[in-house]
Amino acid sequence: MVTAGPALPDAHRARRVAERVPDPELPMLTLADLGVLRDVETRADGTVVASLTPTYSGCPAMAEMRADVAARLRAAGYARVEIRTVLDPPWTSDWITESGRRKLAEHGIAPPGRAPRGPVPLVLSPTRPAVPCPRCGSRETEETSRFAATSCKALWRCRACREPFEYVKEI
Amino acid sequence: MSDDHVYLTLAEGHEDDTRWAYGTGFEDPLHGVDTTVPEGVDAAGLAAECVALADDALVGAQRLAEWITRAPELEEEVALANIGLDLLGQARLLYTRAGQADGTGRDEDAYAYFRDAADFRNVTLAELPGGDFAFTVVRLLVLSSWRLAHFRGLVDHPDPVLAAVAAKGAKELAYHRQYAAQWCVRLGDGTDESHRRMRAALEQVAPYLGELHTAHDVRDEVAADVRQVTDAAGLPLPVYRPRPGSGRAGEHTEHLAPLLTELQGIARAHPEATW
Repeated sequence: MVTAGPALPDAHRARRVAERVPDPELPMLTLADLGVLRDVETRADGTVVASLTPTYSGCPAMAEMRADVAARLRAAGYARVEIRTVLDPPWTSDWITESGRRKLAEHGIAPPGRAPRGPVPLVLSPTRPAVPCPRCGSRETEETSRFAATSCKALWRCRACREPFEYVKEI
Repeated sequence: MSDDHVYLTLAEGHEDDTRWAYGTGFEDPLHGVDTTVPEGVDAAGLAAECVALADDALVGAQRLAEWITRAPELEEEVALANIGLDLLGQARLLYTRAGQADGTGRDEDAYAYFRDAADFRNVTLAELPGGDFAFTVVRLLVLSSWRLAHFRGLVDHPDPVLAAVAAKGAKELAYHRQYAAQWCVRLGDGTDESHRRMRAALEQVAPYLGELHTAHDVRDEVAADVRQVTDAAGLPLPVYRPRPGSGRAGEHTEHLAPLLTELQGIARAHPEATW
């Protein structure tokens, strides 16, 4: 086998492979950007164990994510791959990385603000400050729907540039 | 996997045969989770609790799904479908946990598709027919508030799987409650007709509130949420008029069986089919 430069320690290399798997619903993000990939470790017997956490309980992409990570690791030469699901602590949008937030904005999706801490109260006045438009930066924006095409997003529109945009909800 | 277009990814075959569409035979949603029931946990009690909470979610999700193609606006259809999807996800995890705890090893399909109405333990409020949009948002407010308050207590449950499902579900339920509450205020404080319909919806829900608190007594939390909404909307508080019967004891209204017939029809006609 020919390698360019010194080989990475195996656990590190396996982690790099898993980190690059794109999210099936937000393909501009990797699972690492999204904060869904929680851990990658290599056991003494060579088994790679990757741990994933679902964003929402009903996220239909979870099975696809597991299969994608396993397939990419196998394609990278790891014969024994185990995918674990981590339910605790639950995913929070705060785990979306800085690079993930930048990529979302570049694709016209507003990244989430800071997730609430502790029990969320019922608030009947406008619940959050305006989300800045990811296209023109204006704060003259309004929510058009609290839900959107995937569990993790809401729909907004910009009154300045007139464009609708999606916004990743903070949870 | 194709990174070019999301829909191409959906259409691709997969060596592990994972699928996105609906049907039976999905991968265990607790795949790769440590599913040992800790020592000292009453396994039968845990299973019963998981089934009841899963039944509330499955039946509630089915009623929400009935709005698909007929909601007043596309945005509301998307919202109700998404709320139903969260509940369906909670149901899948809870059924799977129940099958592990009760020792039968039954999977989610066995619970969802192959039990009859008398075996369901959902509260009857969840099974009532959809009615109008006012009834839908009033029921959603009450059920979200009640389930949220109960889940917040369950985060300390000695079973780590149930505790984790509750911790995750609580975040989702707070969002559902917010959605429902905002619609209740908008309609209650809207036109004469929307106000009239909201009053009627509150009266329709009232007889079922007692059953909720017999199952899990969080009446102070639910009353506070409902009062906050009715005050803001200029609506009267619902008058408590209890009715007999308890879904938790398997005593259902005549509305559950037809709902299940529709939900379970294909799975029963073609057992073990996947599509």
